[in-house]
Amino acid sequence: MSKAAISISIPQPLVDIEGLTVHFGHADGGRPVVEDVSLIIHPGECVALVGESGSGKSVTARTLLNLAGNGARITARRFRLAGEDAMRFDAARWRRVRGREIGLVMQDALVSLDPLRSIAQEVGEVVTNAGLLRGRREIEERVIDTLARVGIPDPEIRSRQYAHELSGGLRQRALIAAAIAAGPRLVIADEPTTALDATVQKQVIDVLSRRVRDEGVGLLLISHDLAVVAEIADRVHVMRAGKVVESGPTAEVLSRPRHVYTRQLIAAVPSATSRGTRLSSARVDFEAASGSGDEDGQPQPIRIIRDPLPPRPVVSGEVVLDVASIGKRYRRRKGVGGGRETFVALDDVSFTVSTGEVVGLVGESGSGKSTCAKIILGLLKPDTGTVRLLGKPWSDIRESERRALRSKLQYIPQDPLSSFDPRYRVSDIVAENVWGLSRKQTLEHIVWLLDQVGLDSGFLDRYPRTMSGGQRQRVAIARALAAEPALIVCDEPVSALDISIQAQVIDLIGELQSRLRTALLFISHDLGLIHHVADSVLVMKDGRIVERGPVDDVFFHAAHDYTRTLLAAVPGPFAAS
Amino acid sequence: MWRQVLARLGASLVVAWGSITVAFLALHALPGQVEDILAGDLDYPGLREAIAAEWGLDRGIGEQYVAFVTRIASGDFGMSYELRQPVTDVVASQLLPTVYLAATAGILAFSIAVVLATLTSGRGRVARRIASIVELTFASTPVFWIGILLLMVFSFNLRWFPVSGAEGWRSLVLPAITLALPTAGLLTQVLRDAIEKTLDQPFVTTLRARGLSERQIRVQHVLRHAALPMMTLGGWIIGGLLGGAVITEKVFGRPGLGTTTLNAVLSHDVPVVLAVVLLAAFIYVAASTILDVLYVIIDPRLKAQ
Repeated sequence: MSKAAISISIPQPLVDIEGLTVHFGHADGGRPVVEDVSLIIHPGECVALVGESGSGKSVTARTLLNLAGNGARITARRFRLAGEDAMRFDAARWRRVRGREIGLVMQDALVSLDPLRSIAQEVGEVVTNAGLLRGRREIEERVIDTLARVGIPDPEIRSRQYAHELSGGLRQRALIAAAIAAGPRLVIADEPTTALDATVQKQVIDVLSRRVRDEGVGLLLISHDLAVVAEIADRVHVMRAGKVVESGPTAEVLSRPRHVYTRQLIAAVPSATSRGTRLSSARVDFEAASGSGDEDGQPQPIRIIRDPLPPRPVVSGEVVLDVASIGKRYRRRKGVGGGRETFVALDDVSFTVSTGEVVGLVGESGSGKSTCAKIILGLLKPDTGTVRLLGKPWSDIRESERRALRSKLQYIPQDPLSSFDPRYRVSDIVAENVWGLSRKQTLEHIVWLLDQVGLDSGFLDRYPRTMSGGQRQRVAIARALAAEPALIVCDEPVSALDISIQAQVIDLIGELQSRLRTALLFISHDLGLIHHVADSVLVMKDGRIVERGPVDDVFFHAAHDYTRTLLAAVPGPFAAS
Repeated sequence: MWRQVLARLGASLVVAWGSITVAFLALHALPGQVEDILAGDLDYPGLREAIAAEWGLDRGIGEQYVAFVTRIASGDFGMSYELRQPVTDVVASQLLPTVYLAATAGILAFSIAVVLATLTSGRGRVARRIASIVELTFASTPVFWIGILLLMVFSFNLRWFPVSGAEGWRSLVLPAITLALPTAGLLTQVLRDAIEKTLDQPFVTTLRARGLSERQIRVQHVLRHAALPMMTLGGWIIGGLLGGAVITEKVFGRPGLGTTTLNAVLSHDVPVVLAVVLLAAFIYVAASTILDVLYVIIDPRLKAQ
């Protein structure tokens, strides 16, 4: 298809970029961050950039606002915004582009909105600054109207509140409102739903796709989450190390990926079908997908094959953790200046975890998952009920008495960087859980442990901040294993990691669990991940367990409405397997 | 929010009462008779008896304490036997020149810090390095040294400003600059650091994407964030200005609380020293109460707590 044909049949593209390259630093400063990227976005179209951290997707998007960062040097064969040559824009022209012609929605409105200013001030600022409206009342009306457009109930009340007073979903909608208040034709959404619960994520995606469908704006979506992309994008560009490795209509790219990297990305997503296999071993079955590397022909949807994990240990009847009807209440202030009300964080929660068993705990933020984990870890005292560890009392004894059993219960946090002492080296971090050995034996044992989690002895003297997220999580696993625990509580252990790294870490956890028969309590908001790793699952809502059972039973035949809502909010499967 | 303000006010009253108590205890814990301490270097027949009668020293310690607190609370600090004047009159007549000096210096230091920090934050490495060296020099130079240098250049050589005294605004210029420079040096460093930390926040990217200019971002958004750590220093700054005022007034031969305090200490005029110490404590308490309320006004997130 020639480019002339496009410009005749459809209106002028909002973005028309060819051969975009972005360098940072000196003129000869090595490899570009973005290399030879071409991007076209039409009105009423959603284009997605997917890729892992460092792939250059955010830099590409910010270049459209000339906000790539200090010292960014941009070259392009063609860089046109709504028909104008953007290479010739001066600083003042760029400021007119920002807000008025292109709106930016970032991740996590809690830190992306000025926390010291009210929602009305934040949304109104872009209108005032663009010089669109002057009168106080007109601006106020525009703010309320915009908040209503993004589906915020009671916009008059909400507009007087601050970001920290709103829930995650409302806050993210307010951020979208601030981006679209001046009526830009193009919206850039940079990881707009990351860190949001599945049901809230769905609402935010709906708000964005309505802008595209009903108002005809162009949307550039940046995401690492293939499921979100599958839901909303018309076309997708897959980026890796600054280059677009594959692009095309979303359905085609996701169901019949041509590039090896795209296939890896898709295959690394955990789901029901990946149970018992190594996510990172996933590859395409070439015999079943004949011609899938060629340009011609109509290839079949790809078939993914994965290597199996070692067989799972038999779940014995030996109960490691026995949680018996625990409850926790908090007194909290009701609204601004109001009285106090009782908030039930946890209500009559009971379950057991046996040796060799992996129990998944799912629920949205505020459902009580974290309170439950804190009580199990002995960091919080339940108001009612008891927790027993290895048949001995645990929750109702003093900390000094608990200490003897502490090593049997280990914890893998979401972000190990903030749970490691930043001045400890890897060897010190792991050594904290190694007792009763001579110095030489300790060192040998640590080397052995690091080897178990796939790190060589060169990591012994490294500091956590000099390591990647995946390596840090491996250290966290090594530290947990060092104590030879009977139970490990994993709290969202991979949700901060890129998808291919996530796959490796999940494989590692799965493999070690099979070998060591350690019981796991696996907390996550990712239902696909829970389906991949867990034997049974507990679904939590408002501090109660609303549904429980073997994973397949719960996820394939959900009995409770809430479980169904959760499952429905998970964007559908996009790849055959 | 009003509940928080009231709670703060209540707490500040408790602190003020505590400082009065400490002053009372100190007076009685000192070795020697209370009337000897209060008399200082003076000695004439009938003085000790007069002091004992005025302070009610023959009564029980509890009664004396209640009388002391009541007296201070009603603004009566007793007599200065040295100056033969009520202490309140002594302090009141000298308070105003010091307040002028400290307030002018404070405003000057604050303005210098805001302008310099806003201009130099997030700029090139060389500009920052130079600004940083200048600030560090001023922050670590003693007040009297700056004062003497300024006097030499602007009063003795150039004859732009008077050498001493407190007549009109011209006599206030050099002392105010002298007192302001060390504070300004420190404030600028703190403020620039805070501005740069704030400029790294994700919401600044949102602001840029709204089409705001760098100046708008700094003035309309970032300064407010950066004001929070600077306010934490507020109490310290007031202490520094009061302490610095004592030396500055001496160097420039200005009347004021500093000169009065110095004379009172040298002549062992304990009632005046006691009054000055309590006054400093009250100013400190009042300032930190005001700052605490300002915190809540600047940062709405604190309201919820």
